[in-house]
Amino acid sequence: MATETEAASEGGLVFHPLDQFIPKPLFGDGAVHWYTPTNLTLWFAILILCAVGVFVLGSRGRGVIPSRLQSVGELMYGFVYKMVEDVTGKDGVKYFPYIMTLFVFILFANYLALIPMSYSPTSMIAVTAILGFGVFFAVTILGFVKNGPSFLGMFWMKDAPAVLRPIIAIIEVISYFVRPVSHSIRLAGNVMAGHAVIKVFAGFAALTLVSPVAILGITAIYGLEVLVAGIQAYVFTILTCVYLKDALHPHH
Amino acid sequence: MATETHEAVASACVDSHGGAIGMPQLCAEWIPNQIFWLLITLAALFFVMSRIALPRIAAVLAERSGTITNDLAAAEELKNKATQAEAAYEQALVDARAQAQKIVAEAKAEIQAELNAELEKADAQIAVKTGESEAAIAEIRDGAVKSVTDVAKATAKELVAALGGSADAKTITAAVTARMKG
Repeated sequence: MATETEAASEGGLVFHPLDQFIPKPLFGDGAVHWYTPTNLTLWFAILILCAVGVFVLGSRGRGVIPSRLQSVGELMYGFVYKMVEDVTGKDGVKYFPYIMTLFVFILFANYLALIPMSYSPTSMIAVTAILGFGVFFAVTILGFVKNGPSFLGMFWMKDAPAVLRPIIAIIEVISYFVRPVSHSIRLAGNVMAGHAVIKVFAGFAALTLVSPVAILGITAIYGLEVLVAGIQAYVFTILTCVYLKDALHPHH
Repeated sequence: MATETHEAVASACVDSHGGAIGMPQLCAEWIPNQIFWLLITLAALFFVMSRIALPRIAAVLAERSGTITNDLAAAEELKNKATQAEAAYEQALVDARAQAQKIVAEAKAEIQAELNAELEKADAQIAVKTGESEAAIAEIRDGAVKSVTDVAKATAKELVAALGGSADAKTITAAVTARMKG
Protein backbone atom coordinates (compact mmCIF):
# COMPACT_ATOMS: atom_id res chain seq x y z
CA MET A 1 0.00 0.00 0.00
CA ALA A 2 2.81 2.35 0.83
CA THR A 3 4.21 2.28 -2.69
CA GLU A 4 0.80 2.99 -4.17
CA THR A 5 0.32 5.94 -1.91
CA GLU A 6 3.67 7.28 -2.95
CA ALA A 7 2.70 6.82 -6.58
CA ALA A 8 -0.54 8.69 -5.97
CA SER A 9 1.25 11.61 -4.37
CA GLU A 10 3.53 11.75 -7.37
CA GLY A 11 0.48 12.14 -9.61
CA GLY A 12 1.09 8.84 -11.35
CA LEU A 13 -0.92 5.66 -11.36
CA VAL A 14 -3.35 5.02 -8.54
CA PHE A 15 -4.38 1.46 -7.80
CA HIS A 16 -6.94 0.74 -5.17
CA PRO A 17 -8.61 -2.32 -6.67
CA LEU A 18 -9.91 -3.52 -3.32
CA ASP A 19 -11.38 -0.25 -2.10
CA GLN A 20 -14.59 -1.06 -3.91
CA PHE A 21 -15.25 -3.81 -1.38
CA ILE A 22 -15.20 -1.50 1.65
CA PRO A 23 -18.66 -1.27 3.20
CA LYS A 24 -19.78 2.29 3.82
CA PRO A 25 -22.66 3.30 6.08
CA LEU A 26 -25.65 4.57 4.16
CA PHE A 27 -26.55 7.22 6.69
CA GLY A 28 -23.90 9.41 8.22
CA ASP A 29 -20.34 8.46 8.94
CA GLY A 30 -18.75 6.37 11.56
CA ALA A 31 -18.09 2.80 12.42
CA VAL A 32 -19.90 -0.08 10.81
CA HIS A 33 -21.68 -1.97 13.57
CA TRP A 34 -23.38 -5.31 12.99
CA TYR A 35 -26.74 -3.59 12.45
CA THR A 36 -25.57 -0.56 10.45
CA PRO A 37 -27.28 -0.25 7.07
CA THR A 38 -24.43 -0.06 4.57
CA ASN A 39 -24.12 -0.06 0.80
CA LEU A 40 -24.27 -3.84 1.15
CA THR A 41 -27.75 -3.42 2.63
CA LEU A 42 -28.70 -1.13 -0.23
CA TRP A 43 -27.68 -3.65 -2.87
CA PHE A 44 -29.34 -6.49 -0.99
CA ALA A 45 -32.51 -4.41 -1.03
CA ILE A 46 -32.13 -3.75 -4.76
CA LEU A 47 -31.59 -7.48 -5.26
CA ILE A 48 -34.82 -8.31 -3.46
CA LEU A 49 -36.69 -5.66 -5.42
CA CYS A 50 -35.39 -7.11 -8.69
CA ALA A 51 -36.33 -10.64 -7.65
CA VAL A 52 -39.79 -9.43 -6.65
CA GLY A 53 -40.03 -7.55 -9.95
CA VAL A 54 -39.19 -10.58 -12.04
CA PHE A 55 -40.91 -13.32 -10.10
CA VAL A 56 -43.86 -11.62 -8.44
CA LEU A 57 -44.74 -8.61 -10.59
CA GLY A 58 -43.64 -10.47 -13.72
CA SER A 59 -46.07 -13.30 -13.10
CA ARG A 60 -48.80 -10.92 -11.92
CA GLY A 61 -50.92 -11.60 -14.98
CA ARG A 62 -50.67 -15.39 -14.46
CA GLY A 63 -50.95 -15.54 -18.23
CA VAL A 64 -51.26 -18.86 -19.96
CA ILE A 65 -49.49 -16.95 -22.68
CA PRO A 66 -46.71 -15.35 -20.63
CA SER A 67 -45.55 -11.76 -20.80
CA ARG A 68 -41.83 -11.20 -21.42
CA LEU A 69 -40.92 -10.81 -17.78
CA GLN A 70 -43.07 -13.77 -16.86
CA SER A 71 -41.28 -15.99 -19.33
CA VAL A 72 -37.95 -14.90 -17.87
CA GLY A 73 -39.15 -16.02 -14.46
CA GLU A 74 -40.58 -19.22 -15.87
CA LEU A 75 -37.34 -19.98 -17.70
CA MET A 76 -35.33 -19.65 -14.49
CA TYR A 77 -37.92 -21.69 -12.62
CA GLY A 78 -37.85 -24.43 -15.23
CA PHE A 79 -34.06 -24.36 -15.42
CA VAL A 80 -33.54 -24.82 -11.69
CA TYR A 81 -36.48 -27.19 -11.29
CA LYS A 82 -35.12 -29.47 -13.99
CA MET A 83 -31.65 -29.29 -12.47
CA VAL A 84 -32.95 -30.30 -9.05
CA GLU A 85 -35.08 -33.06 -10.51
CA ASP A 86 -32.32 -34.45 -12.73
CA VAL A 87 -29.58 -34.38 -10.11
CA THR A 88 -31.36 -35.27 -6.89
CA GLY A 89 -34.28 -37.24 -8.23
CA LYS A 90 -37.98 -36.97 -7.44
CA ASP A 91 -37.52 -36.88 -3.67
CA GLY A 92 -35.24 -33.85 -3.92
CA VAL A 93 -37.96 -31.74 -5.48
CA LYS A 94 -39.34 -30.69 -2.10
CA TYR A 95 -36.08 -28.82 -1.43
CA PHE A 96 -36.50 -26.92 -4.70
CA PRO A 97 -37.59 -23.60 -3.07
CA TYR A 98 -34.36 -23.47 -1.03
CA ILE A 99 -32.19 -24.15 -4.05
CA MET A 100 -34.16 -21.72 -6.18
CA THR A 101 -33.68 -19.04 -3.51
CA LEU A 102 -29.93 -19.68 -3.52
CA PHE A 103 -29.78 -19.55 -7.30
CA VAL A 104 -31.79 -16.36 -7.57
CA PHE A 105 -29.79 -14.74 -4.80
CA ILE A 106 -26.40 -15.52 -6.36
CA LEU A 107 -27.49 -14.82 -9.93
CA PHE A 108 -29.04 -11.47 -9.12
CA ALA A 109 -26.18 -10.48 -6.81
CA ASN A 110 -23.63 -11.35 -9.49
CA TYR A 111 -25.39 -9.46 -12.23
CA LEU A 112 -26.26 -6.43 -10.11
CA ALA A 113 -22.58 -6.28 -9.14
CA LEU A 114 -21.74 -5.75 -12.81
CA ILE A 115 -23.48 -2.37 -12.78
CA PRO A 116 -20.75 0.27 -12.50
CA MET A 117 -20.45 1.83 -9.03
CA SER A 118 -22.43 -1.01 -7.51
CA TYR A 119 -21.39 -3.18 -4.60
CA SER A 120 -20.94 -6.91 -5.01
CA PRO A 121 -22.23 -8.99 -2.10
CA THR A 122 -21.02 -12.27 -3.58
CA SER A 123 -17.41 -11.06 -3.50
CA MET A 124 -17.60 -11.09 0.29
CA ILE A 125 -16.06 -14.21 1.77
CA ALA A 126 -18.35 -13.86 4.76
CA VAL A 127 -21.44 -13.90 2.53
CA THR A 128 -20.40 -16.88 0.42
CA ALA A 129 -19.08 -18.70 3.47
CA ILE A 130 -22.49 -18.43 5.10
CA LEU A 131 -24.04 -19.77 1.93
CA GLY A 132 -21.46 -22.56 1.53
CA PHE A 133 -21.43 -23.65 5.15
CA GLY A 134 -25.19 -23.26 5.32
CA VAL A 135 -25.51 -25.74 2.48
CA PHE A 136 -22.91 -27.99 4.10
CA PHE A 137 -24.60 -28.13 7.48
CA ALA A 138 -28.10 -28.39 6.06
CA VAL A 139 -27.09 -31.25 3.79
CA THR A 140 -25.12 -33.08 6.48
CA ILE A 141 -27.92 -32.82 9.03
CA LEU A 142 -30.43 -33.86 6.38
CA GLY A 143 -28.25 -36.85 5.50
CA PHE A 144 -28.19 -38.06 9.11
CA VAL A 145 -31.89 -37.40 9.63
CA LYS A 146 -32.85 -39.27 6.46
CA ASN A 147 -30.39 -42.16 6.64
CA GLY A 148 -29.29 -42.32 10.28
CA PRO A 149 -25.78 -43.64 10.88
CA SER A 150 -25.79 -45.38 7.51
CA PHE A 151 -25.13 -41.95 6.06
CA LEU A 152 -21.51 -42.60 7.03
CA GLY A 153 -21.51 -45.47 4.53
CA MET A 154 -20.99 -42.77 1.94
CA PHE A 155 -17.33 -42.69 2.94
CA TRP A 156 -16.85 -46.44 2.86
CA MET A 157 -16.48 -47.67 -0.73
CA LYS A 158 -17.77 -51.22 -0.88
CA ASP A 159 -16.65 -51.61 -4.46
CA ALA A 160 -13.02 -50.78 -3.71
CA PRO A 161 -10.46 -53.44 -2.75
CA ALA A 162 -10.44 -54.02 1.02
CA VAL A 163 -6.90 -52.70 1.39
CA LEU A 164 -7.73 -49.40 -0.22
CA ARG A 165 -11.01 -48.82 1.58
CA PRO A 166 -9.59 -47.10 4.70
CA ILE A 167 -7.39 -44.85 2.57
CA ILE A 168 -10.29 -43.95 0.31
CA ALA A 169 -12.43 -43.32 3.38
CA ILE A 170 -9.90 -40.83 4.73
CA ILE A 171 -9.70 -39.06 1.38
CA GLU A 172 -13.49 -39.01 1.13
CA VAL A 173 -13.87 -37.53 4.61
CA ILE A 174 -11.29 -34.84 3.89
CA SER A 175 -12.90 -33.98 0.58
CA TYR A 176 -16.29 -33.88 2.27
CA PHE A 177 -15.08 -31.32 4.78
CA VAL A 178 -13.31 -29.28 2.13
CA ARG A 179 -16.55 -28.99 0.18
CA PRO A 180 -17.96 -25.89 1.94
CA VAL A 181 -14.60 -24.14 1.73
CA SER A 182 -14.20 -24.70 -2.00
CA HIS A 183 -17.91 -24.06 -2.49
CA SER A 184 -17.74 -20.59 -0.96
CA ILE A 185 -14.25 -19.51 -2.02
CA ARG A 186 -14.94 -20.47 -5.64
CA LEU A 187 -17.79 -18.00 -5.84
CA ALA A 188 -16.22 -15.16 -3.86
CA GLY A 189 -12.86 -15.62 -5.58
CA ASN A 190 -14.30 -15.50 -9.07
CA VAL A 191 -16.42 -12.43 -8.45
CA MET A 192 -13.76 -10.57 -6.48
CA ALA A 193 -11.00 -11.33 -8.97
CA GLY A 194 -13.06 -10.06 -11.88
CA HIS A 195 -13.94 -6.83 -10.13
CA ALA A 196 -10.39 -6.25 -8.95
CA VAL A 197 -8.98 -6.87 -12.43
CA ILE A 198 -11.43 -4.39 -13.93
CA LYS A 199 -10.31 -1.83 -11.35
CA VAL A 200 -6.65 -2.46 -12.19
CA PHE A 201 -7.34 -1.92 -15.88
CA ALA A 202 -9.27 1.22 -14.95
CA GLY A 203 -6.21 2.45 -13.08
CA PHE A 204 -4.10 2.02 -16.22
CA ALA A 205 -6.65 4.00 -18.19
CA ALA A 206 -5.28 7.15 -16.52
CA LEU A 207 -2.21 6.90 -18.75
CA THR A 208 -2.99 8.42 -22.13
CA LEU A 209 -0.78 6.03 -24.03
CA VAL A 210 -2.19 2.78 -22.71
CA SER A 211 -5.71 3.95 -22.09
CA PRO A 212 -7.19 2.48 -25.33
CA VAL A 213 -5.70 -0.89 -24.44
CA ALA A 214 -6.91 -0.53 -20.88
CA ILE A 215 -10.42 0.30 -21.97
CA LEU A 216 -10.45 -2.61 -24.40
CA GLY A 217 -9.20 -4.75 -21.55
CA ILE A 218 -12.01 -3.54 -19.30
CA THR A 219 -14.51 -4.37 -22.02
CA ALA A 220 -13.10 -7.84 -22.51
CA ILE A 221 -12.93 -8.58 -18.79
CA TYR A 222 -16.45 -7.24 -18.40
CA GLY A 223 -17.65 -9.66 -21.07
CA LEU A 224 -15.87 -12.45 -19.27
CA GLU A 225 -17.45 -11.37 -16.01
CA VAL A 226 -20.91 -11.51 -17.55
CA LEU A 227 -20.22 -15.14 -18.32
CA VAL A 228 -18.65 -15.79 -14.92
CA ALA A 229 -21.63 -14.24 -13.12
CA GLY A 230 -24.04 -16.70 -14.70
CA ILE A 231 -21.72 -19.68 -14.62
CA GLN A 232 -20.82 -19.24 -10.95
CA ALA A 233 -24.49 -19.04 -10.00
CA TYR A 234 -25.07 -22.22 -12.00
CA VAL A 235 -22.03 -23.98 -10.52
CA PHE A 236 -22.99 -23.10 -6.96
CA THR A 237 -26.52 -24.32 -7.53
CA ILE A 238 -25.65 -27.58 -9.24
CA LEU A 239 -23.03 -28.39 -6.59
CA THR A 240 -25.69 -27.79 -3.97
CA CYS A 241 -27.89 -30.25 -5.85
CA VAL A 242 -25.07 -32.79 -5.96
CA TYR A 243 -24.45 -32.47 -2.22
CA LEU A 244 -28.16 -32.80 -1.62
CA LYS A 245 -28.21 -35.95 -3.72
CA ASP A 246 -25.39 -37.37 -1.60
CA ALA A 247 -27.44 -36.66 1.51
CA LEU A 248 -30.58 -38.28 0.12
CA HIS A 249 -28.90 -41.25 -1.55
CA PRO A 250 -25.55 -41.75 0.22
CA HIS A 251 -24.97 -45.21 -1.27
CA HIS A 252 -23.49 -44.68 -4.68
CA MET B 1 -6.50 11.99 -3.03
CA ALA B 2 -5.32 14.23 -0.26
CA THR B 3 -8.34 16.51 -0.62
CA GLU B 4 -10.80 13.77 0.29
CA THR B 5 -12.11 13.57 3.79
CA HIS B 6 -11.18 10.42 5.52
CA GLU B 7 -13.12 10.59 8.71
CA ALA B 8 -15.94 9.04 6.73
CA VAL B 9 -14.84 5.51 7.43
CA ALA B 10 -13.41 5.15 10.85
CA SER B 11 -12.11 1.66 10.95
CA ALA B 12 -9.07 -0.40 11.70
CA CYS B 13 -9.21 -1.81 8.20
CA VAL B 14 -8.94 1.54 6.45
CA ASP B 15 -5.84 3.68 6.20
CA SER B 16 -5.67 7.41 6.55
CA HIS B 17 -6.47 7.90 2.86
CA GLY B 18 -9.65 5.81 2.93
CA GLY B 19 -7.92 2.93 1.16
CA ALA B 20 -8.32 -0.63 2.27
CA ILE B 21 -5.68 -2.23 4.43
CA GLY B 22 -5.46 -5.78 3.19
CA MET B 23 -8.60 -7.40 1.85
CA PRO B 24 -11.76 -5.66 3.06
CA GLN B 25 -13.49 -9.05 2.85
CA LEU B 26 -11.33 -10.38 5.65
CA CYS B 27 -11.76 -7.43 7.98
CA ALA B 28 -13.31 -8.99 11.10
CA GLU B 29 -14.90 -5.69 12.02
CA TRP B 30 -17.31 -5.77 9.06
CA ILE B 31 -18.14 -9.45 8.96
CA PRO B 32 -20.99 -9.43 11.55
CA ASN B 33 -22.66 -6.67 9.56
CA GLN B 34 -22.43 -8.68 6.34
CA ILE B 35 -23.76 -11.83 7.96
CA PHE B 36 -26.61 -9.97 9.62
CA TRP B 37 -27.83 -8.37 6.39
CA LEU B 38 -27.25 -11.56 4.41
CA LEU B 39 -29.45 -13.56 6.76
CA ILE B 40 -32.19 -10.93 6.59
CA THR B 41 -31.97 -10.85 2.80
CA LEU B 42 -32.03 -14.61 2.46
CA ALA B 43 -35.00 -14.86 4.78
CA ALA B 44 -36.88 -12.19 2.86
CA LEU B 45 -36.01 -13.70 -0.50
CA PHE B 46 -36.96 -17.18 0.65
CA PHE B 47 -40.26 -15.89 1.97
CA VAL B 48 -41.07 -14.13 -1.31
CA MET B 49 -40.00 -17.05 -3.46
CA SER B 50 -41.54 -19.91 -1.51
CA ARG B 51 -44.77 -18.19 -0.51
CA ILE B 52 -45.63 -16.09 -3.52
CA ALA B 53 -43.49 -16.48 -6.61
CA LEU B 54 -42.84 -20.21 -6.91
CA PRO B 55 -46.40 -21.46 -6.19
CA ARG B 56 -47.73 -18.90 -8.63
CA ILE B 57 -45.32 -19.90 -11.39
CA ALA B 58 -45.97 -23.57 -10.67
CA ALA B 59 -49.71 -22.94 -10.98
CA VAL B 60 -49.24 -21.04 -14.24
CA LEU B 61 -47.06 -23.80 -15.68
CA ALA B 62 -49.53 -26.48 -14.62
CA GLU B 63 -52.40 -24.50 -16.08
CA ARG B 64 -50.50 -24.04 -19.32
CA SER B 65 -49.66 -27.71 -19.68
CA GLY B 66 -53.30 -28.49 -18.84
CA THR B 67 -54.49 -26.05 -21.48
CA ILE B 68 -52.14 -27.48 -24.07
CA THR B 69 -53.28 -31.01 -23.29
CA ASN B 70 -56.92 -29.97 -23.50
CA ASP B 71 -56.37 -28.10 -26.73
CA LEU B 72 -54.61 -31.06 -28.26
CA ALA B 73 -57.43 -33.34 -27.18
CA ALA B 74 -59.99 -30.90 -28.60
CA ALA B 75 -58.06 -30.73 -31.85
CA GLU B 76 -57.99 -34.51 -32.02
CA GLU B 77 -61.71 -34.61 -31.39
CA LEU B 78 -62.39 -32.02 -34.07
CA LYS B 79 -60.25 -33.98 -36.48
CA ASN B 80 -62.25 -37.11 -35.74
CA LYS B 81 -65.45 -35.17 -36.27
CA ALA B 82 -64.19 -33.90 -39.59
CA THR B 83 -63.31 -37.41 -40.63
CA GLN B 84 -66.74 -38.60 -39.58
CA ALA B 85 -68.39 -35.76 -41.45
CA GLU B 86 -66.41 -36.64 -44.54
CA ALA B 87 -67.46 -40.27 -44.23
CA ALA B 88 -71.07 -39.22 -43.76
CA TYR B 89 -70.83 -37.02 -46.83
CA GLU B 90 -69.41 -39.86 -48.89
CA GLN B 91 -72.15 -42.15 -47.60
CA ALA B 92 -74.80 -39.58 -48.46
CA LEU B 93 -73.36 -39.26 -51.92
CA VAL B 94 -73.43 -43.03 -52.42
CA ASP B 95 -76.98 -43.19 -51.05
CA ALA B 96 -78.11 -40.38 -53.30
CA ARG B 97 -76.61 -42.07 -56.30
CA ALA B 98 -78.32 -45.36 -55.43
CA GLN B 99 -81.58 -43.54 -54.81
CA ALA B 100 -81.32 -41.81 -58.16
CA GLN B 101 -80.71 -45.10 -59.90
CA LYS B 102 -83.62 -46.64 -58.12
CA ILE B 103 -85.89 -43.77 -59.13
CA VAL B 104 -84.72 -44.05 -62.72
CA ALA B 105 -85.40 -47.80 -62.72
CA GLU B 106 -88.81 -47.30 -61.18
CA ALA B 107 -89.73 -44.66 -63.67
CA LYS B 108 -88.57 -46.90 -66.47
CA ALA B 109 -90.62 -49.80 -65.14
CA GLU B 110 -93.67 -47.61 -64.72
CA ILE B 111 -93.39 -46.26 -68.21
CA GLN B 112 -92.90 -49.78 -69.54
CA ALA B 113 -95.99 -50.95 -67.67
CA GLU B 114 -98.06 -48.07 -68.99
CA LEU B 115 -96.75 -48.72 -72.45
CA ASN B 116 -97.66 -52.40 -72.20
CA ALA B 117 -101.12 -51.57 -70.95
CA GLU B 118 -101.68 -49.11 -73.76
CA LEU B 119 -100.40 -51.60 -76.27
CA GLU B 120 -102.71 -54.28 -74.94
CA LYS B 121 -105.61 -51.89 -75.06
CA ALA B 122 -104.76 -50.91 -78.59
CA ASP B 123 -104.42 -54.57 -79.56
CA ALA B 124 -107.82 -55.31 -78.08
CA GLN B 125 -109.37 -52.40 -79.93
CA ILE B 126 -107.72 -53.55 -83.10
CA ALA B 127 -109.07 -57.06 -82.55
CA VAL B 128 -112.56 -55.72 -81.98
CA LYS B 129 -112.36 -53.61 -85.11
CA THR B 130 -111.04 -56.55 -87.07
CA GLY B 131 -113.92 -58.74 -85.88
CA GLU B 132 -116.44 -56.09 -86.82
CA SER B 133 -114.86 -55.62 -90.20
CA GLU B 134 -114.81 -59.35 -90.80
CA ALA B 135 -118.49 -59.62 -89.90
CA ALA B 136 -119.27 -56.75 -92.23
CA ILE B 137 -117.24 -58.34 -94.98
CA ALA B 138 -119.00 -61.70 -94.41
CA GLU B 139 -122.33 -59.98 -94.49
CA ILE B 140 -121.42 -58.18 -97.66
CA ARG B 141 -120.22 -61.45 -99.15
CA ASP B 142 -123.43 -63.24 -98.11
CA GLY B 143 -125.44 -60.39 -99.56
CA ALA B 144 -123.41 -60.68 -102.76
CA VAL B 145 -123.93 -64.41 -103.03
CA LYS B 146 -127.65 -64.01 -102.50
CA SER B 147 -127.80 -61.26 -105.03
CA VAL B 148 -125.90 -63.44 -107.47
CA THR B 149 -128.40 -66.28 -106.81
CA ASP B 150 -131.35 -63.92 -107.26
CA VAL B 151 -129.86 -62.44 -110.42
CA ALA B 152 -129.07 -65.95 -111.70
CA LYS B 153 -132.65 -67.16 -111.04
CA ALA B 154 -134.15 -64.14 -112.65
CA THR B 155 -131.75 -64.34 -115.57
CA ALA B 156 -132.37 -68.06 -115.92
CA LYS B 157 -136.19 -67.54 -115.92
CA GLU B 158 -135.90 -64.81 -118.49
CA LEU B 159 -133.61 -67.00 -120.61
CA VAL B 160 -136.01 -69.92 -120.37
CA ALA B 161 -138.93 -67.68 -121.30
CA ALA B 162 -137.00 -66.12 -124.15
CA LEU B 163 -136.17 -69.54 -125.57
CA GLY B 164 -139.81 -70.37 -125.50
CA GLY B 165 -139.85 -72.72 -122.75
CA SER B 166 -141.84 -72.38 -119.69
CA ALA B 167 -140.61 -73.48 -116.49
CA ASP B 168 -141.95 -73.11 -113.10
CA ALA B 169 -140.04 -71.18 -110.59
CA LYS B 170 -139.35 -74.17 -108.44
CA THR B 171 -137.48 -76.10 -111.05
CA ILE B 172 -135.41 -73.11 -112.07
CA THR B 173 -134.44 -72.34 -108.52
CA ALA B 174 -133.32 -75.89 -107.95
CA ALA B 175 -131.33 -75.88 -111.15
CA VAL B 176 -129.67 -72.56 -110.38
CA THR B 177 -128.86 -73.65 -106.84
CA ALA B 178 -127.34 -76.83 -108.16
CA ARG B 179 -125.25 -74.83 -110.60
CA MET B 180 -124.18 -72.33 -108.04
CA LYS B 181 -122.92 -75.11 -105.89
CA GLY B 182 -121.03 -76.58 -108.69
